[in-house]
Order: sequence, then structure tokens, then C-alpha cells
Amino acid sequence: MRFYEYESKALFARHGLPLGKRALARTADDARRAAAEIGGPVVLKSQVLSGGRMKAGAVKFADDPAQAAAHFDAILPIVVNGQKSCGVLVEEKSPIAQEYYVGVTWDGRRKLPVVIFSDMGGIDIEEVAEKHPDHVSKTHVSTLLPFTPRVAKEAIAATGVTGNDLTRLTPIVAKLVEIFFQYDLTLAEINPLAKLADGRFIVLDGHVDLEGDAREKHKKLLDELGIKPEETRQARPPTDFEIRGAQVDASDHRGVAGNVVEFDGNLGLVIGAGGGSLTLFDAVRKHGGRPANYCEIGGNPSVKKACALTKLVLSKPGVEKIAVMMNVVSNTRVDIVARGVVKGCVESGRDPAKTIAIFRIPGSWEADGFKILEKYGVEFCDRSVSMYEAAGRAVAKMGK
Amino acid sequence: MSILIHKDTTVIIQGITGREAVNMTREGLSYGTKIVGGVTPGRAGRDVYGVPVHDCVRDITKRMRVDGSIVTVPAAFTRDAVFEAIENGIKLVVVVTERIPRGEVAQMVELAKLRGARIIGPNCLGILSPDEAKMGGLGGRAEDAKKAFRKGPIGVMSRSGGMTTEICNTLTAAGLGQSTAVSIGGDAIIGSTYAELMPLFEADPETKAIAIYSEPGGRMEAELAEWVKENRSRLPIVAFMAGRFMDEMPGMRFGHAGTIVEGKADTTADKIERMRAAGIAVAERIEEIPALLEAQMRKRGIH
Repeated sequence: MRFYEYESKALFARHGLPLGKRALARTADDARRAAAEIGGPVVLKSQVLSGGRMKAGAVKFADDPAQAAAHFDAILPIVVNGQKSCGVLVEEKSPIAQEYYVGVTWDGRRKLPVVIFSDMGGIDIEEVAEKHPDHVSKTHVSTLLPFTPRVAKEAIAATGVTGNDLTRLTPIVAKLVEIFFQYDLTLAEINPLAKLADGRFIVLDGHVDLEGDAREKHKKLLDELGIKPEETRQARPPTDFEIRGAQVDASDHRGVAGNVVEFDGNLGLVIGAGGGSLTLFDAVRKHGGRPANYCEIGGNPSVKKACALTKLVLSKPGVEKIAVMMNVVSNTRVDIVARGVVKGCVESGRDPAKTIAIFRIPGSWEADGFKILEKYGVEFCDRSVSMYEAAGRAVAKMGK
Repeated sequence: MSILIHKDTTVIIQGITGREAVNMTREGLSYGTKIVGGVTPGRAGRDVYGVPVHDCVRDITKRMRVDGSIVTVPAAFTRDAVFEAIENGIKLVVVVTERIPRGEVAQMVELAKLRGARIIGPNCLGILSPDEAKMGGLGGRAEDAKKAFRKGPIGVMSRSGGMTTEICNTLTAAGLGQSTAVSIGGDAIIGSTYAELMPLFEADPETKAIAIYSEPGGRMEAELAEWVKENRSRLPIVAFMAGRFMDEMPGMRFGHAGTIVEGKADTTADKIERMRAAGIAVAERIEEIPALLEAQMRKRGIH
């Protein structure tokens, strides 16, 4: 879960990392006032959940408050990689001598956090790593030993940095690692970390990603930063349909019936589980089908939840039929899902036999489930029909 | 033979009095697994389907040999439970629980490495060696597991619990049984990756080929491809790659916690290319896996 730059900096500031004077502007007036308070030249940076702001023209420099206000109006509407701006950060412009990069993230193969440091900051670190490998260091950190600053020192010194720069940089890098651990971050990055003309260091830009599964654990921090529980912070903001899907899932603790993602097709999908949904979504597309949504059911959801998910999918404009499909299930009960989707059709005023294009969930309690489907005249199949074939049967029933 | 577990493996369940754990105990016993004890703090003296419940893991390990533990406690207590299993000498820990922050998973993995223990999961359905034993909910009820899984020559590893059963069921229907099926877990950091389990299958004379289920995200498939090349594996491998649509949708998380396309190496296209370059056959559909396995085995003269 990505933080905006201004939120990341608020977190950094709590831990004493060196930052310039700054304020978030939501209006042009805010920007004018902030520039006046800071005094002197400022930089205005659009707050979006994406890199590439500079290229998109969403970063501008202003010499006075009037120019700051004008720039605010110019950069706020700019969409960067599909992400809208939530405001503009107005920050004092600092005289820079050199730029560094520091990032902490997970190395999935070593299964340890890794500190990445470079004395060539400000640009894409992957590119630096490729072209100038001796200017990038990677240092792994134990998750069991207490963290001490020597790891930070080694990471910095590995790129050839020494003298006062080394001793001044060490506590900054060490602090970033501590923040990474303390808040269950998956990325904590400062780029660039700038050395000013007077020898001091300052965080010019940075951002953090918090582990989705740790949101509850760090609820207090998120509340204090004003990040609401419904903000998914994914590649694009959630649609109303997706927000309602999350509500269905949260309405009842039994099993999963959610994680819906909206698409624009005519075939509603009530599919599961984690891997099964990926497999089935691919299969529907391979057959030329047009899915109206992605979703996941699993972990033995209640009738109520399966019913609510079905109703949600059917409520989406343009959904002609639904396909109810899963891999061979172990703990999800076929009869419970069958009862839920049939109920969902009926409560939506639709005939289950005409609405459910195919029901392919084999596994536990399948005999009971198939009995229910038979009663309502719904086409179903057992494990002798593959997931791919079942998806094909559903697509074949759709109008072109 | 099988890997990791067989009919004499002694198993305990941490969190045994939980709703899902009670089912897991009943179905595990019914499948023939030697479940010798369970742990729920404060519940000592009770039993679950005849399996005695204790307060601490050491109450069991001091009396008998315990080969493995299934950890199925809420996410907030999982690290503690895994540490307890490892520090009491248990060498195989299956972590069923999902939604554990990866910092805690990394700590479990680091401790396991230090103590010579192995973790499977988290966020997995466990391990099943057909006709031998099962650890975790894989295959569901014992009668259902017997339908989907059959003893035979194929080792199965899958990032999806449900798809483990789907693939084994397809193999069984085609007359290809399994040596051991491992649901390795869907998180970004897991105890045992494909490449880390390969040496076990490689050393098992009954295993003749491998089927894997993979997804976008992470470097696990690249790691497997490298392992196969470096170790000149005797085992032909067939992979199924799900989530191909995700290549067009970077930054969106689908399915499991570890399934997201952030960089090029996360895409299915990149993974498929790496695996094919290492001689791993990639199936377009699940039902193609048996024929591809047989063709690969024939090509290498494996019977």
C-alpha cells in the first residue's frame, strides 16, 4: 500500500529524518500561502501514487507566491500513469551538491530485507545498477539480530563513500531501516537523498509502501496520517462496484467472497479460489469471452455471503449471465455456494436456470450441491469437465 | 516413497481446538496421519477426536518424537507458535495461517535456517503423500482426498492450495499418481520455494517427473529455472502458468498476496520464457499436463 510523498515525509519527520520546510496545498491559495511562509524559491510537486512526475510535467519551480499559485493550477489536473493528483506539495528549494539513493526492500529469494545504496541518486536505480554496478551496493539485514547502524555504514562505504559524508549518512540510512522494520514496510525509499552545498544532508523525495496485511497492525499511524480504510492505493482507484464488493466481503467473517475487480464485459464471474480465479479468468478470455468482473470466493463462505456477491455481480449494468466456477474444492462446500448463488439469482428477480451459464464446482459436498442445482434447472458439471472446458461452455451461451 | 511426510511421520497441531483445526484433525486421522498431540494454551487435558491437547509443545516433545507440526493459529500469534515448534526441535513446520506480515515470516524462515528446520507456507494447504499421510487441509475430507490423489510418480508443487488438488485430480484421472503434493503457499516470502524442494524430489527414487502451478509475481520460477540448469536435474518438469491477463495490469494485486506485476520479471511472459529456456514445458491448460509429462518422460527414457 503506497503512501503519497507528503505522507511518507510526515512519517520520516516523526523519526527525525532531515527534511526541508514544506506544506501540502489543496488549492491555489494554499500554494500561495505556503510559498510565502517558506520564503524564497520553492518546488511544487503533484501528489500522485506513481513515479514519472517530472517527465509528465507535474513538478515545477516557482520564485514567488504568485508563480506558485499559477503552477498549482497547471500541475493539479495532470494525470500521471493513470493516477490523479490529490494535491500539491510545496517545498523549499535547496542548493544541491550531490544526490544519493537509499532504499530498503525485501529480497524474496534471500528472504531478507536488503539495503540498496548508491552515490548516484536522483535517477532510476535499476538503470544505475545495470550501467554502474560499482556505484550500487546491496546489503542484507538479519530479521532476528537486533538492528545496529554498522549495516548502514557497510552499505554506504561499499560504494566508496568515506570521511564526513560517511558519518553523516550512516544515521540517516540506519533510521530508514528502523522505519522499514517498525511499520512492516515493503519499501522505504529516499531518492534523492541530497547533500547540500553546506555539507548537510536532506531528504528531497521519498516514498514508502506498507504491507497490505499489516494495515490493521498500524491502524493508529494510518489514522493519524488520514489514510482511510477503504483506500486501496492500487494502480488505479477502486470503482463503486469494487468498494461494494469489499463491503460484501467484510459483512461476514466466514470465508471469502470478494476482491472483485471491475471489467466491462457481459459475463459476470463468481469464481474461486485464489489460483482458480486466475486460471478461470484466463480461460474465459481465451475462449473470447468478455468478463464483467474478476472475483474470488473461497475458505467456505456462508450462503449469505455467496448470495450477496451474486447479487452484486448481477446488479452491474450489462451483465447477461454469470458463470460460477472453481477448482476442485477442499474446504469450501459446494452445496453452500450452490444455495447462495441460486438465492442471489432469485432475489435479483432472475431465473437461476437462465442466469447461471454454468456451475462448475466439484469437491466437498458436491452431491448435495448438484441436487440443489438440478432442482432449479441449472447446468452444472463435475470434475470430469475441466476448468477450461467449463469456461468455454459459459462463453458459448453468450450473445456475440 | 514420498518426500517430507510418510505413514510413520508423527505430527502435532498447534491451535488444535480452533474450528478449522478440529476438522483438520478428524480428516487427518481418517486419512491415516499419525497425529500424536495438539496444543492450545489453557486447554490442556481435553482431547480432539482422541488427540490429547496440551498447553505447550514441549509437553509433547519431551515424551515422544515429533516430526512435524501444523500451525493453524490466528495471524497475530503465528510467529510465536512457529518459534515454539522450532525451539522444541521440530524439523518440519507447515504454516496454514494467511495474512502474516512478511517481516514476521522472514523471522520464522531465518530461525528455521539457523536450527535446520523446514517451513512450508505460510498461506498454504499443506502436504499430502497419497496413501501415506497428509499435513493440513489439502484435499479436504479424507474421502475427497482419496478421490483426487493417488500414489504414483509425479511430484507436485503449487503456489495455490486449491489448484494443487485440481492438478492432482487431473493427473489421477489420467492414470498418473503422485509421490507427494506440496501446497507451498501464496505469499511473497515462503518457507520453501520450488527450487528449495527440488533436491528432495531429486533424491526420491519414486519421483519420475514434476508438475508445478505458478503465477505472476516474485522470482520463484526464475530461481527454479536456474536450479534446473545448474543441477542438470534428472526430473522433467511441466509448469502451468495462471494469471496471464495480469501482464497487462501492472500494480494490481489479484489472487494471492505474492501475486502482483511490478517489474518485467514479475510477468507471466518473462517467467514462461525463462522456464522454457531451462527445458521446462509450459502447459496452456491444466488438462494438457498429463500428456506433456508423459511426452517429457518418454523423451528422457523414463518409465
